[in-house]
Amino acid sequence: MVDSIKDLLPIIAVIVFFQLVVLRQPIPNLADLLIGTALVVVGLTLFVYGLKTGLFPIGEMMAYGFARKGSIFWLLLFAFALGFGTTVAEPALIAVVNEAGKIAAAGHMIADTELAIADYANGLRLTVALSVGFAITVGVLRIIKGWPLHLLIIGGYASVVIMTGFAPPEIIGIAYDSGGVTTSTITVPLVTALGVGLSSSVHGRNPLTDGFGLVAFASLTPMIFVMGYGMLL
Amino acid sequence: MIAGILNFFDALIATVHDVLPIVGVLFGFQLLVLRQRIPNLRQLLIGFAFVIVGLALFLQGLDQALFPLGKMMAEQLTAPAFLGIDSAAHTYTPDWHHYVWVYLFAAAIGFSTTIAEPSLIAVAIMANQVSGGAVGIRGLRVAVAIGVSIGIALGTYRIVSGTPLQYYIIAGYVVVMMQTLVTPKSIIALAYDSGGVTTSTVTVPLVTALGLGLASNIPGRNPLLDGFGLIAFASLCPIISVMAYAQLSEWHANRIKKQRLRSQEE
Repeated sequence: MVDSIKDLLPIIAVIVFFQLVVLRQPIPNLADLLIGTALVVVGLTLFVYGLKTGLFPIGEMMAYGFARKGSIFWLLLFAFALGFGTTVAEPALIAVVNEAGKIAAAGHMIADTELAIADYANGLRLTVALSVGFAITVGVLRIIKGWPLHLLIIGGYASVVIMTGFAPPEIIGIAYDSGGVTTSTITVPLVTALGVGLSSSVHGRNPLTDGFGLVAFASLTPMIFVMGYGMLL
Repeated sequence: MIAGILNFFDALIATVHDVLPIVGVLFGFQLLVLRQRIPNLRQLLIGFAFVIVGLALFLQGLDQALFPLGKMMAEQLTAPAFLGIDSAAHTYTPDWHHYVWVYLFAAAIGFSTTIAEPSLIAVAIMANQVSGGAVGIRGLRVAVAIGVSIGIALGTYRIVSGTPLQYYIIAGYVVVMMQTLVTPKSIIALAYDSGGVTTSTVTVPLVTALGLGLASNIPGRNPLLDGFGLIAFASLCPIISVMAYAQLSEWHANRIKKQRLRSQEE
């Protein structure tokens, strides 16, 4: 509880400072603000508790389960399903693709009708979800095979840079942002625990150097896939 | 009060809805593919329930208190009157003085929202456990928050100045690549991950409001095109700051080691 309060203090300090000192306005609905902050504190405390007793153990348990089963095929299918399934319904992503549909229509990339915009947005959403599924699959394969992470990431950066030169300008901002919005609050702990669990059960892997990196893939591949989507259309 | 309780249930239902695909994948594979007995099933389910209820309360509290105020402030700070934009005069030369508060707000909001970001807390706890305490929870979070803070401030500067996003991002990539060569190996994967975890529940809505506000009010900027890109900055800069933090820690540790050796020799 005390930790959660400390975590929130900076936001409250920033808001109070800018409201009172810079904008010179009173704080509206002080009671609402206090109740809301109390809810955030309680929520964060429960979340962190549940993280340690629920999400982390579940992720590690799945990793050990697959390691014991010894089937790479099912493990990779699980990795893809986890990446795809958690991204396709992500609210932040849905908000971004709808915005992107409007941009495409305004830039005359697609017809300015509701149907065309919805088609474009759904296609984009599917593209991002596929890319995250692909990312977790490759990331898990990397942990098993012991490929060096930095070479893969640098290769990914190189593809982003090259594709930026060919992609339509309207899509670049969206593509770059789509990398950041894909990884949600529940996916990140699960995927991290999965990576750490796998790397501690595969012989010769170090959980710190090999276990992390799945989230990094999941924020890199959407940029490549989204620019690809923009080039194909 | 009753409205508050109803709001909470709405938030709870929304969270459960978001979590359903994850639960489906986990249970599907557990029951159909792995088919192993789960030890402590009760405890795991209780923990999962805590995560969902906690997240719902968290989002509800943000929606009720911090988001409306934060978004309003972002709008006021980017309003033409505050920035000293005269919409009647068609010639407009940006004067950086007017934007100092905007950059400061961007940096401050980037730092403070990152400190409260639940997924970053999760990754920091995991990194601390896995490294046997070598990676400090608070140290990592502060390093990431400094990165986001610099990133958002740079991103707002980009919107104000109207320079192309890709130049900044590509320059950032070059810095990341060079840092990768000299950073302690053990920290690289963690640093790459910290880029992706920073931008979720808390940061995105506030930062988006700031970006859209700037892009719609500054003459010559198109909100549809220039409003994007802040998230990209916020995902790139923490990679750099976490690697820098690791390099500084290593440098500091080496210096202490050398000092000790020297004093032993004497």
